[in-house]
Amino acid sequence: MIEIKDIHKTFGDHSVLKGISATFEAGDNSLIIGGSGSGKTTLLKCMVGLHEPDQGAVLYDGRDFTRLNFKERIEIRKEIGMLFQGSALFDSMTVEENIMFPLNMFTDQNRREKLKRVNFCLDRVNLEGKNNLYPAELSGGMKKRVGIARAISMQPKYLFVDEPNSGLDPKTAIVIDDLINEITEEYQITTVVVTHDMNSVMGIGERIIFLFDGQKEWEGTNKDIAHTDNQNLNDFVFASKFTQAARDKL
Amino acid sequence: MIFYPLGKYILLLKAVFRRPEKWNIYRKEIFHEMDSIGVGSVGIIAIISIFLGMVTTVQTAFQLVSDLIPKSIIGSIVRDSTILELSPTISAIVLAGKVGSSISSQIGTMRVTEQIDALEIMGINSPGYLILPKIIGAVIMIPLLVIVSIALSILGGYIAGTLSGAVTSNDFIMGLTNGFIPFTVTVCMVKSVLFAFIITSVSAYQGFYTSGGALEVGISSTRAVVVSCISILFADYLVAQLLL
Ligand SMILES: Nc1ncnc2c1ncn2[C@@H]1O[C@H](COP(=O)(O)OP(=O)(O)O)[C@@H](O)[C@H]1O
Ligand SMILES: [Mg+2]
Repeated sequence: MIEIKDIHKTFGDHSVLKGISATFEAGDNSLIIGGSGSGKTTLLKCMVGLHEPDQGAVLYDGRDFTRLNFKERIEIRKEIGMLFQGSALFDSMTVEENIMFPLNMFTDQNRREKLKRVNFCLDRVNLEGKNNLYPAELSGGMKKRVGIARAISMQPKYLFVDEPNSGLDPKTAIVIDDLINEITEEYQITTVVVTHDMNSVMGIGERIIFLFDGQKEWEGTNKDIAHTDNQNLNDFVFASKFTQAARDKL
Repeated sequence: MIFYPLGKYILLLKAVFRRPEKWNIYRKEIFHEMDSIGVGSVGIIAIISIFLGMVTTVQTAFQLVSDLIPKSIIGSIVRDSTILELSPTISAIVLAGKVGSSISSQIGTMRVTEQIDALEIMGINSPGYLILPKIIGAVIMIPLLVIVSIALSILGGYIAGTLSGAVTSNDFIMGLTNGFIPFTVTVCMVKSVLFAFIITSVSAYQGFYTSGGALEVGISSTRAVVVSCISILFADYLVAQLLL
């Protein structure tokens, strides 16, 4: 379980997050949604310590990440996996080396054990046998899947995902969404997904937080969204004629 | 304001020299960097050094118009200027262009594609993992390159001097050995180590704090070369002032 309490973040004189609190449960796939520039990525980065929040607390099962020093943070970081918007694979390394990298750094397993884990993770994302390809040789969807495999190689308790569907075709996007959802349930991971993709919201959004103007504007499930009377959320979700028509049918 | 970047640079260096997570991974990286920085630069250093020696010899001979000065002095001048100034400084400037720009664009690309964030998330000290092997690799290899450069430069001088008839083989060799002060080699090595540190750390700093995209990576890499070159010449002066 992750709790965030009253997170504030300002860049220069631009106040991006103005006091956000929320709770993310283990085994749940929680979505953070909002328009471009609404501060979704910033919130995610504040949670994992890539940005320091100006104010507020981030509790990982009760441990306040913001109060820890560099060494203490490493212990929590080993329990965190993250999938980045552009996958962020190390492009000087093969697929296998990418996934094995955290194992090399933080475990004392021998090569055979590590290889077994790598192949298990690759299987899990349906990329068996792609061990020796370089990131440049992969399609966008494959990169995302390798990114997921790398994120789960250390068996994380917490998984953060930034825009899993950006740059993917709708069909591949659904494959990635489902994969994240399955992994979350299977290993009881606390997963936080940032997205502005309405297909994801309607498909896997069991718990949704909507950011607007630096605040948590709304919280609920994908079933609640169709019946919301929050004007800002309505404007965001049903921006297109197509989604408006879909809502009217619900 | 120079103080803000300077402070940021020093803080980055502090992070670079944190205790490595796993030495054997760092060791592998260090060998890799030694190969790419050192072995990868032998060719260009060899070529510029030979020409440097040739030019120095011919120009020194041209300036020695008086018959009262023995020709052997050409050998001494070529030796001292090569060891003290030309080999370490020109090599460092060339390497700032070759090695510095590649370090800065490599690290800068990793920054803008979030690969550095990915390292941080895993709990890896990214400045240490990315920069320390480069600094160590360069501090070991660049002084060796400078020694190669000195040898080839003097050889180039010998060839140009004897072929053009500006100085005889005997005179040149006599000049080389006469009045040699071993301390000049010490100064040369101090400079080389310092320059190696400047090239790698300054370029890594520029890359590490890149933000934006491909355009900014290019800008960082240009800035890495410019700032490295200026810092090298400034350090060159400091060392000369302090040690000579
Ligand atoms: N490192 C930064 N420095 C300055 N401003 C930033 C930085 N990161 C994000 N911002 C600003 O914060 C706002 C929110 O950005 P972001 O969190 O990336 O939005 P989202 O991910 O929701 O699209 C944007 O206006 C952006 O310009
Ligand atoms: Mg974003």
